[in-house]
Amino acid sequence: MLKQVEGSAAVAEAVALCRPEVICAYPISPQTHIVEGLGKLVSAGRLAPCEFINVESEFAAMSVAIGASAAGARAYTATASQGLLFMAEAVFNAAGLGLPIVMTVANRALGAPINIWNDHTDALSQRDCGWIQLFAEDNQEALDLHIQAFRLAEELSLPVMVCMDGFILTHAYERVDLPTQEQVDAYLPPYEPRQVLDPADPVSIGAMVGPEAFMEVRYLAHAKQRQALELIPAWADEFKRVFGRESGGLAHTYRLEDAETVVVALGSVLGTIKDTVDELRDQGVRIGVLGITCFRPWPTAAVRAALANAKRVVVLEKSLAVGLGGIVSNNVSASYPGSPDDVHTVVAGLGGRAITRASLRRVFTEAIEGRLEHVTFLDLDHKLVERVLAREREQRRSGPIAEGILKDLGVVAAKIG
Amino acid sequence: MFQVRIHGRGGQGVVTAAEVLSVAAFREGRHAQAFPSFGSERTGAPVVAFCRIDTRPIRLREPILAPDALIIQDPTLLHQVDVFGGLVPAGYILINTTRSFEELGLEEFMAKFPPDRLCTVPATELALKHVRRPLPNAALLGGFAAISGQISLEAVSAAIREKFPDKVAEANVAAADEAYAYVRREMEETQRAQAG
Repeated sequence: MLKQVEGSAAVAEAVALCRPEVICAYPISPQTHIVEGLGKLVSAGRLAPCEFINVESEFAAMSVAIGASAAGARAYTATASQGLLFMAEAVFNAAGLGLPIVMTVANRALGAPINIWNDHTDALSQRDCGWIQLFAEDNQEALDLHIQAFRLAEELSLPVMVCMDGFILTHAYERVDLPTQEQVDAYLPPYEPRQVLDPADPVSIGAMVGPEAFMEVRYLAHAKQRQALELIPAWADEFKRVFGRESGGLAHTYRLEDAETVVVALGSVLGTIKDTVDELRDQGVRIGVLGITCFRPWPTAAVRAALANAKRVVVLEKSLAVGLGGIVSNNVSASYPGSPDDVHTVVAGLGGRAITRASLRRVFTEAIEGRLEHVTFLDLDHKLVERVLAREREQRRSGPIAEGILKDLGVVAAKIG
Repeated sequence: MFQVRIHGRGGQGVVTAAEVLSVAAFREGRHAQAFPSFGSERTGAPVVAFCRIDTRPIRLREPILAPDALIIQDPTLLHQVDVFGGLVPAGYILINTTRSFEELGLEEFMAKFPPDRLCTVPATELALKHVRRPLPNAALLGGFAAISGQISLEAVSAAIREKFPDKVAEANVAAADEAYAYVRREMEETQRAQAG
């Protein structure tokens, strides 16, 4: 059924259709509306016998999800930003134990300085935690990916993180097609755990493993993720068969035919990139887009195939490997058949900085004309940076950077972008 | 694509206005995207919300930098925020105020825009009358339907009923109805003045 709803409401409905048995969460912007929506559905009795557990922290949220999942329940939670970091130890444990928990990450920057706005630093900080990480381009895909996530998680016995851009998607009203319960039931069978804490058939989960077998357990985690690279497209195909639309998979390409320049990105910025690419195509520029849906496991072959004929690659990412450059671009470089010198990193949109068509157009044009540096920061205010550096040169006690930069900037309420 | 930017202050229902407008456009079979400016929500702080309406799916995620229409929920923002920034030539402007453009010190600025696309409406007063709270958003959407012709009053009313509980919805629909009639009258007067 077509509906005009907030992204968070769409995701809450999608999770509800997946018949979760335990939902545990701690509120943090911009994830809160999702679990609020689910909380209302549980209290209205629509999800019976699902239990909504209010926990005292994100660490508790993931710990409860681990316990619930190990006891054989379909478990869901959601978080963002510092919340994800606070649960990090349990996040690794969930993957290590092979528990098929599904978690939404409403992507938000990490402090300090504290910032509630969107970028991908939170999810990408956990890229090696062993979870499958899927990124949604719009609210329809966010909704669809949650349904696929439960299926994937339970088939593989691995946890899945569905990442959607905080505010940009979670708080956006747009049209979504909400599936029926019958469709979701046809796609997602009841949870059959590979391992379960059952008093009738007791097992121990979470044993200590020493040097004699730790490598092998870790290897199996890796092998399972690589196996997921074959299963993810298969389940996306089945999703299309049941729901009648394409969603998910490893990666999406757009106007890649004859493209000399390929822009690679994750998440909702792909929409703005596609609009910009259409404008450039209208002028005869041979440019296309590769959108990464599945960041972990990294779809090496799909990326390699999509970039096979690219003369240059522009990775536009809402994340920063401090001291290196790009996180996504580092992954892309490893899968690009050409020279790493032709892979440009454009760090953009950190902490909610708007990414506009005008700026994208400029940076793509610079890349095509060979004027783009290896690592750049989109719309960086160089004057502001220079003032801080000058202050640091001039005085030893130059003070805290964030507070100094805000003072230099003055009132920002008048800004619209 | 038609792009609307709504300026107001935290607590005035700015974000809700954009959402309701998107629901109204959806009910008319169009694609719509509403989103807030993502500021920290504080009562009284300047807030911006956006709504795009199109016949095709909307992919663009940048803030609305060149709006086709502006709805200004709080006239005290006029000299604090660059509310008119990027407005397209011949764009629509609807301001919630009991004062005239002249009294607001905008007469010279407004002379640059077609007079039939500019209007003021006492939306807070209409809200106090019908809703008994100073929440001008629904009334302004009624006024927006009248001045822009981009959305029907019926769709706005249906969207208000979808978004609010019964009693509150009916009060807001009444405020929107009266604002719609008010703006229509103002526009007819402007047309007569132009013809006259």
